Amino acid sequence: MVRFIALRLLQAIPVLFVVISATFFLVRQAPGGPFDAEKPVIPAVKRALEAKYNLDQSLWQQYLSYMGDLLQGDLGPSFKYPGWAVQDLIGSGFPVTAELGIYALLIALLIGTTAGVLAALKPNSAQDYVPMSVAMIGICMPTFLLGPLLVLVFGIWLEWLPISGWGDLPGDKILPSITLGAAYAAYVARLSRGGMLEVLSQDYIRTARAKGLPEHVVVLKHALRGGLVPVVAYLGPAFAGLLSGSFVVETIFQIPGLGRFYVQAAFNRDYTMILGTTIFLSTLIVLFNLLSDVIATWMNPRLRDGLRGGSQ
Amino acid sequence: MARRLLIPLLLCGFLLACVGGETNVAQGNRDGVLHFGNYGEPQGLDPHVVTGVPEHHIIGALFEGLVLKNPETLAIEPGVAESWTVSDDGRIYTFKLRDNARWSNGDEITAADFEWSWWRALQPALASSYVFMYFPIKNAEAYFNRSLSNFDEVGIKAIDKKTFRVELDAPAPYFLQLLDHYALFPVHRPTVEKFGAPDESYTRWTRPENIVSNGPFLLDEWRLFKYLSVKKNPDYWDADKVKLNAIRFYPIDKQTTEERMFRAGQLHRTEEVPIDRIPWYRQNRPEVLKIAPYIGTYLYRLNTRKPHLADVRVRQALSMSVDRRRLIDTVLNGLFTPAYSVVPPGLLGYKPPDVFGFDPDKARQLLSEAGYPGGKGYPGLEIQYNTHEQHRKIAIAIQQMWREELGIDVRLQNKDWKVYLDDETTGNFDASRGGWIGDYVDPNTFMDIWTAASGVNRTGFADEEFDRLVLQIAPNAKDHETRLNTFQQAERLFLEQMPIVPLYTYSSKHLVHPGVKGLSPNYMDYYNFRYVSLEPDASGVTQD
Repeated sequence: MVRFIALRLLQAIPVLFVVISATFFLVRQAPGGPFDAEKPVIPAVKRALEAKYNLDQSLWQQYLSYMGDLLQGDLGPSFKYPGWAVQDLIGSGFPVTAELGIYALLIALLIGTTAGVLAALKPNSAQDYVPMSVAMIGICMPTFLLGPLLVLVFGIWLEWLPISGWGDLPGDKILPSITLGAAYAAYVARLSRGGMLEVLSQDYIRTARAKGLPEHVVVLKHALRGGLVPVVAYLGPAFAGLLSGSFVVETIFQIPGLGRFYVQAAFNRDYTMILGTTIFLSTLIVLFNLLSDVIATWMNPRLRDGLRGGSQ
Repeated sequence: MARRLLIPLLLCGFLLACVGGETNVAQGNRDGVLHFGNYGEPQGLDPHVVTGVPEHHIIGALFEGLVLKNPETLAIEPGVAESWTVSDDGRIYTFKLRDNARWSNGDEITAADFEWSWWRALQPALASSYVFMYFPIKNAEAYFNRSLSNFDEVGIKAIDKKTFRVELDAPAPYFLQLLDHYALFPVHRPTVEKFGAPDESYTRWTRPENIVSNGPFLLDEWRLFKYLSVKKNPDYWDADKVKLNAIRFYPIDKQTTEERMFRAGQLHRTEEVPIDRIPWYRQNRPEVLKIAPYIGTYLYRLNTRKPHLADVRVRQALSMSVDRRRLIDTVLNGLFTPAYSVVPPGLLGYKPPDVFGFDPDKARQLLSEAGYPGGKGYPGLEIQYNTHEQHRKIAIAIQQMWREELGIDVRLQNKDWKVYLDDETTGNFDASRGGWIGDYVDPNTFMDIWTAASGVNRTGFADEEFDRLVLQIAPNAKDHETRLNTFQQAERLFLEQMPIVPLYTYSSKHLVHPGVKGLSPNYMDYYNFRYVSLEPDASGVTQD
């Protein structure tokens, strides 16, 4: 197992190198620069700005000096918010996005697995159709529609919950977490239904039932572990997606998270911020994919044994 | 097990949240805290470095220049300078600083502070975006460009501790207004130098734990992308008149989010109002909707370098065939004022020349004279605009008008903001959406941008006579009347060449809670937080 993890981590290095280099050169190909504005600065000021941020050097020189700084852990100052280093901004945005992502994931798992398991227990009945139809709506309904709808009902009509901010007013984390979690809950529901259906038709479940175990023991103890393997495999990419894809929810609810920084950085041509967040998020995605592979292997005896056999 | 606990836990959280109750607005009205929608996260707080409206609002609360503006009349009032005199030729301003003006650390504010601050702003390495605000001052531009190295020759001088003298190249009637712009505010020398070289930008001197300022409010807390709060400065020279205890600025760049926050009682004031919500507010809550004329012109640039736009008759035809009234009434909810000139009317008594109006017959005739009767043979046009619903709607309406009235083919091109800017700057467009917001109340701020060397021009329009009128004749005009006449002459020349299609004069639009007093709308959309107060008993709940 250790060798498996070490190998995967080694493989990640060239992947990250390619991602960083490609991003560096691609963002420079986009028209417009960080200092372009409707009211342009006078040429002398623009030259001074470009000198300050080394933009007057050749692209290769800039690339080499960026990679040099990166190896020392320095992501440089943001172009849009030059008073802050990119790592400061990531440091302020990531905990917020991570917290939002965790809540959303918990909501997705809670709602998704419950609905999926219930549906799988009585396939092709109302107990199946109703939650699965709701799940389908959940998949189809974009967050930019669901978010404002929830705000309208719970924030403005009922006045139950705050509609913006993060950790400023009691309960302001609820609506964004539900909004972000809903779409993932729908996926989780479909995945766990599929997984459970497959497992419930296996011989060992028939055996369990045959020896007279109560149904809830069969489902919760025997079926669930195998039935949720697809869900676990989905968790790594899902969490990475939650972190990098929370932009819309963060915008709707005015949350100071990483997703907003990332998208805004692209619009602003904030080169260092784009690179910094790309590096940070791609590292996370690599790690989460690895983590979910490890967990899936641990949950699936066949894979686990295969790995053990291979490493001997 | 964990899963079994989760549901009750979530439910508890939910219920706890629901008893929250009091809104920001109700609480703020009681405690004197203004909750202010401020569009974006400030890039920084160094008055000599930043640009932008969100920064303007915050820096205006933290710092103060030589003079202030009255928020209702925009008349100049004393600031750090308690009085001043202007020489007969209008070139030399002598300011007497007040004795009780102090920095927030207790230091006295002296003329030397202004001399040093203005010297700092003119350092090229600082890259101050608004450095051109200094250029009316004698030799300031030459010193900035390093064609002059001796600062003693620049018209900026501390005569003694409390006397500060400024000498201009030529009389500039708008000069006093510039002094209320943050680019000309003083900064505290020891604090700036403690955290870096004077010409180093974005050092840590503006962080809450370091900053020393001189305005009615002090920086209290700066939470990135959440809010920035300032609290009353008890040592401010006019502290008795300051009624607010604190202001919280929220960086909300999404108009719809901001509007929802207002409705939920989380904001006293919004920076914007989504245009499609205007009719609703007009009908249901007219008391909170504040609309006022704003010193800006919405326009389309025409690229005069393109062969099919090089003929002035084509450009005139394009401008005359736009029914601005119908555009505003149908697409823009009647919000703005039709514009037939580039300078909005009423700047210091300026009357724009009457050059053209909506005249589709004349437009068709001009197009026909240019060789395209009924639009036949015309290669067509592309309108480019940056991604925004309002720009898109306007472009569609104009596309339709040009098709109907002139019979020409018009395509629309939506572009990302930086792509749009890049194409506009490099001349890669036919017609391009644009706008200009004046920096001060004077026709000059709408005229000098169209001179040949201006980076804002971008139309290819270059006319020696126009440049001469704006850059040489107007600044040296004997009196106000002559100066305005010169600008009128220049604008007539400009409009006859029609390198732009002016469409409408902007309006500022905000939602303001009825409990807020003293946030009066004005032409500059300018705020002076010294005058703002909150009514404690005003209802915080906003029902609809």
